[in-house]
Amino acid sequence: MTNSITDLGQADCYLITGTNTTENHPVISTFIKRAVTQRGAKLILADPRNIELGKFATIWLRQKPGTDVVWINGLMNVIISEGLLAEKFVAERTENFEALKETVAKYTPEYVEKISGIPAEDLKKAARLYAKSGASAIVYAMGITQHINGTDNVKSLANLSMLTGQIGRPGTGVNPLRGQNNVQGACDMACLPGNLPAYKKVTEAADRKPFEEAWGVSLPDKPGLTIPKIIDGAGNGTVKALYVMGENPMMSDPDLSHVEKALANLDLLIVQDIFLNETGKIAHVVLPTAAWAEKDGTYTNTERRVQRIRKAVDAPGESKPDWEVITLLANKLGADWKYGSAQEVFEEVRKVTVSYGGITYDRIENEGIQWPCPNTEHPGTPILHAAAFTRGKGLFSVCEHTDPAELPDSEYPLLLSTGRILYQYHTATMSRRSKGLVSRTPQPFVEIHPEDAVTLGIAHGDKIEVSSRRGTIEVVAEVNGRCDKGMVFIPFHYSEAAVNRLTNAAFDPVANIPDYKVSAVKIKKVA
Amino acid sequence: MVITIDGKKCEFAPGQTVYQVAKANGIYIPVLCHHEQIKPVGACRVCVVEVEKARSLVASCALPAEDGMVVHTNTPRVLSSRKLTVELLMTQGHHNCITCESSGNCVLQDLAYSLGVESPRFEESATYRELEQANEMIVRDMNKCVLCGLCVRACNEVQVNQVLDYSGRGPTAAVGPAFGLKYEDSDCVFCGECVRVCPVGALFEKQGRFQGRGDDLQKVRNTCAYCGVGCQLDVNVKDNRIVKITTPREDAPAPNYGSLCIKGRFGYDFVGHEDRLTNPMIRVDGELKDATWDEAILYVADKLNTIKKEHGPDAIAGLSSARCTNEENYLFQKFLRAVIGTNNVDHCARL
Repeated sequence: MTNSITDLGQADCYLITGTNTTENHPVISTFIKRAVTQRGAKLILADPRNIELGKFATIWLRQKPGTDVVWINGLMNVIISEGLLAEKFVAERTENFEALKETVAKYTPEYVEKISGIPAEDLKKAARLYAKSGASAIVYAMGITQHINGTDNVKSLANLSMLTGQIGRPGTGVNPLRGQNNVQGACDMACLPGNLPAYKKVTEAADRKPFEEAWGVSLPDKPGLTIPKIIDGAGNGTVKALYVMGENPMMSDPDLSHVEKALANLDLLIVQDIFLNETGKIAHVVLPTAAWAEKDGTYTNTERRVQRIRKAVDAPGESKPDWEVITLLANKLGADWKYGSAQEVFEEVRKVTVSYGGITYDRIENEGIQWPCPNTEHPGTPILHAAAFTRGKGLFSVCEHTDPAELPDSEYPLLLSTGRILYQYHTATMSRRSKGLVSRTPQPFVEIHPEDAVTLGIAHGDKIEVSSRRGTIEVVAEVNGRCDKGMVFIPFHYSEAAVNRLTNAAFDPVANIPDYKVSAVKIKKVA
Repeated sequence: MVITIDGKKCEFAPGQTVYQVAKANGIYIPVLCHHEQIKPVGACRVCVVEVEKARSLVASCALPAEDGMVVHTNTPRVLSSRKLTVELLMTQGHHNCITCESSGNCVLQDLAYSLGVESPRFEESATYRELEQANEMIVRDMNKCVLCGLCVRACNEVQVNQVLDYSGRGPTAAVGPAFGLKYEDSDCVFCGECVRVCPVGALFEKQGRFQGRGDDLQKVRNTCAYCGVGCQLDVNVKDNRIVKITTPREDAPAPNYGSLCIKGRFGYDFVGHEDRLTNPMIRVDGELKDATWDEAILYVADKLNTIKKEHGPDAIAGLSSARCTNEENYLFQKFLRAVIGTNNVDHCARL
């Protein structure tokens, strides 16, 4: 997030898109709901599903899935044509405005209506609300990113914030809500194939040098493989060994039949986890580890706040914290690592990671600190881009609409989106072992529109077979009005009906993120 | 601007209540229906004070401070009123502290103790209400409810879930979901904010019942293991076992200020689950068999060495985890880069 969670509560207007916030980030949704009900803040919701936040929306834009660049360009078209842009901000803090103006010129409200289904008048109202409000915050999540043009979707939102100067101040900004406890930290720590810690580039000699000095080795300069390329590499034999720590690709990756075949081809699959998950079941070696509340360390949350976790109970049996296991393995392979505690590892992290430089366990004992925090006198940074952007001037990117890789047709007539629900979490290895959570949502289901249900002769609670070109699963029909006609939604938590058997392995070319929000399926009642 | 409380001159900012000014100046006024994150309603009358020139006692939690005001917090008149209020509250329902989960952590118990109310002067109400305890998370014991309304107001003002409200009048007055529905049959999403703010033992965590209370429990501050919000919470431990998850009732830190969702508050029981892995395992003849750490680490190191020798470091790849700590992610990528010699490291950020 460019801004803070606390700060989000101060916005006058929210543009919320591709985040089912009350279910996936419930506590953040409370800040937004309070602002709307207690301060009269406005809420523009852009989501294909009729989600809970719709009850609080001033205006709801129901775009067709996969048309986000269209309506966001449309908002900018209205803002420019009605003279609602922040001229001073655009002139002083951005570049490439003319190219943006030229691109969005064709995305008139009428054109947007034709492609996205959003009524032209609603689009205009939303554009005015967002641009004219004192402080407008954009909030998004995987509904924006998990598309073959996810990168363009995000760039378009950044364009919108810069065009209106709704960034760098309290209650504004571009705020992605990150879905996992430490996904921000895993990125900061460079568990990414092209990065070294703090987003240094593996391809730049000057970026590698401090790490080579600190680690006493020379480092590879060729960017590594992303997850889909690693899976492909396993399939074609170029990747021979895969070390998986706390992840479950046999549930979380698209087109699981392909993943399954690829992983079976490996000479060595190491799975290090707290449970024997779907991936562990096919591993050559399984290493048991300590869970949350059984070890010390830090997580970095969605607002870049580095916070402590602490050991409260012992880990079961022989299991060890992951950092100890990695250290054992490194030393067996000839390294000489001497870490005695998580804190000792963190001390090394902050020495080589500029943005974490001023963060120490002592300083975050009571309350976390938001990076960048370059030295121990620095209070941390609640709002990014206040005086300047990281690259200096903000660059408007030119983004055009692209169709999703697979759209419904006569054979597979329904559009499938996948996602999470409030009561479960990701591949559910944790949440389906929690009595309370299981009691709320015991079985896999598909959300389907009442009219589609009638057409297909399906009743609420019926057992349904859902098929795509890649596979078939069985789920129970949840007939409600959350999805529009022609669209279905299935959560990805349930291994007995793993929806990633159906999803399409089509990826954004820049970010390599799978298109989990648009693929084509057909359904029928199980006899 | 200044008010005088118990003879002490106290400066205040416009909008502050007498209770807030007193608290900021270290002067104790008990409150029951008041919470710092919720609009004051002055319903319980426990916080009454005597204000010079005012006709009657005034609820300090809802009284805006005014320049020159002179306030007394512990005159015989105040104490007698407060005692009467507590006696009436104790008469309403059945306040049995012996097996109460909130014993040692209860505003009513503290009030009765500090005011010396051994037993109320009035007869206890005879109606006993069955506990609502069918769901796996929250138990409602309406015998202990003092109708402070904090659960209703937290549900509407803090979480804005709009599930709880008041119903009935006089002796039939109650709090809960509409139409007297049970939590699990209503729109309740089990965020547990009502449990957090309940000042007595009317709402409590089911799985923690009879597992430990008050000082038996060691609270270990943690960051939630689920989504990326990073809520701060307290893991309550007894005998090396997690009994329940709580958050501070007041003065809770950012980013969540004491609020949680169902996963953070009630989704912790995966930690000590019987399915947890306890031993390293190596696949032998198609089956995973228990092994020692020495055997498992040696097996992995040998295989990795061979693959690296025969096919080069780029034939090895690693998937790290957005669930693990920064320290672990840092070492994981350092292992792949500095020990193996490949940049083939990625994690589930896109999934």
